[in-house]
Amino acid sequence: MRAATTDDAVEALLRIGDSCLVLAQRLTAWCGHAPALEEDIALANVALDVLGHARAMLTRAGELEGAGRTEDDLAYLREAPDFRNALLVEQPNGDFAHTIVRQFLFDAWSVPLWQGLTASTDAQVAGIAGKAAKEVAYHLRHSSGWVVRLGDGTPESHARMQTAVADLWPYAGEVFLDDDVDTRAAQSGLAPLPSSLEPAFRRTVLETFTEATLQAPEDPWWQRGGRQGRHSEHLTYLLAEMQVVHRAHPGASW
Amino acid sequence: MVTAEQAWAVLADVADPEMPMVSVVDLGIARSVEVSGDRVVVTLTPTYSGCPALEVIEADVRAALEAVFADVEVLSVLAPPWTTDWITAEGREKLAGAGVAPPGARLLPLLVEGRPSVCPHCGAAELEELAAFGSTACKALWRCLACREPFDYVKAH
Repeated sequence: MRAATTDDAVEALLRIGDSCLVLAQRLTAWCGHAPALEEDIALANVALDVLGHARAMLTRAGELEGAGRTEDDLAYLREAPDFRNALLVEQPNGDFAHTIVRQFLFDAWSVPLWQGLTASTDAQVAGIAGKAAKEVAYHLRHSSGWVVRLGDGTPESHARMQTAVADLWPYAGEVFLDDDVDTRAAQSGLAPLPSSLEPAFRRTVLETFTEATLQAPEDPWWQRGGRQGRHSEHLTYLLAEMQVVHRAHPGASW
Repeated sequence: MVTAEQAWAVLADVADPEMPMVSVVDLGIARSVEVSGDRVVVTLTPTYSGCPALEVIEADVRAALEAVFADVEVLSVLAPPWTTDWITAEGREKLAGAGVAPPGARLLPLLVEGRPSVCPHCGAAELEELAAFGSTACKALWRCLACREPFDYVKAH
């Protein structure tokens, strides 16, 4: 295997930054529509934090790439196959149960991810992670609280949560599958090896699902490919909405 | 000849745009001031990664400094990450005086729990959390069980 290159580093950071960006875009669609005012504010706040992580990682990826691309260039001027987000975050919002389960699976992964990134050999990435690690811990506290409340709630809320878990679980494993880019990025000290994050994720899921009286399904063949640029149709619609204003008015500011 | 004390005095008058009762110095956002000759270099640290006030804070700080000094640079550093432990004693008093509960102590660096110690309205200690996320990224919504008033709480972070 060849040593880590700049391309690997850019790719590894985009995989994280794009997952944050796409999830933030999904969450903002709840603004004004959440089931309670407090939750509307909560989802918007989580979206803001995660968007902040995306901006920081895209900015750093652009700097390392050295081609002059800014966070805006990367967010608004790439096509779906250029995006490196996990398939989980592009899944539609569905009902509130689907949004909460998607958020919980994301948070249970991102807590050990950002903790690991605080030890990155890239000082900028480590600095970003030092802030993000604290923020995602708070997000996990919130999303896991909802998983328990709805899972161990009414027969209706329990059934909806169990359905959401069944629908989204096949997308939960992609972020732990190492490929050559991940391996080289880990060897260079830039980012933790994806598979090394899985035990912490499993512990959080098992603990929370048990308390929520939810069944964790058997592990399926994990849906994969998002981190290599192979996406579902959902992402193209999401990007069309996210990018349209920037593309219609290039360089506009206010 | 410019002195660092002059620059700190200017910063002490730059209010946070979302919590105008406290300044960027009270909040611990202004980390350092370096002066060489007529040049003033101020280093800020962002609070939350997604805080929408960040760009306003930077612009406000720059404008306030440029109104007084000729040669100004405003830098931003991420590490070490901002923590509510850096909010000054004076800042905590100003928050409480405006009805916003100041942050409690953090028990561990990554443990983002903590709770307000007393109601900023009546001083009672029996409190409950209404919502983990409040009107800004840095706040949660709590309620006093004695006077029944809700209040903002700056989360220990």
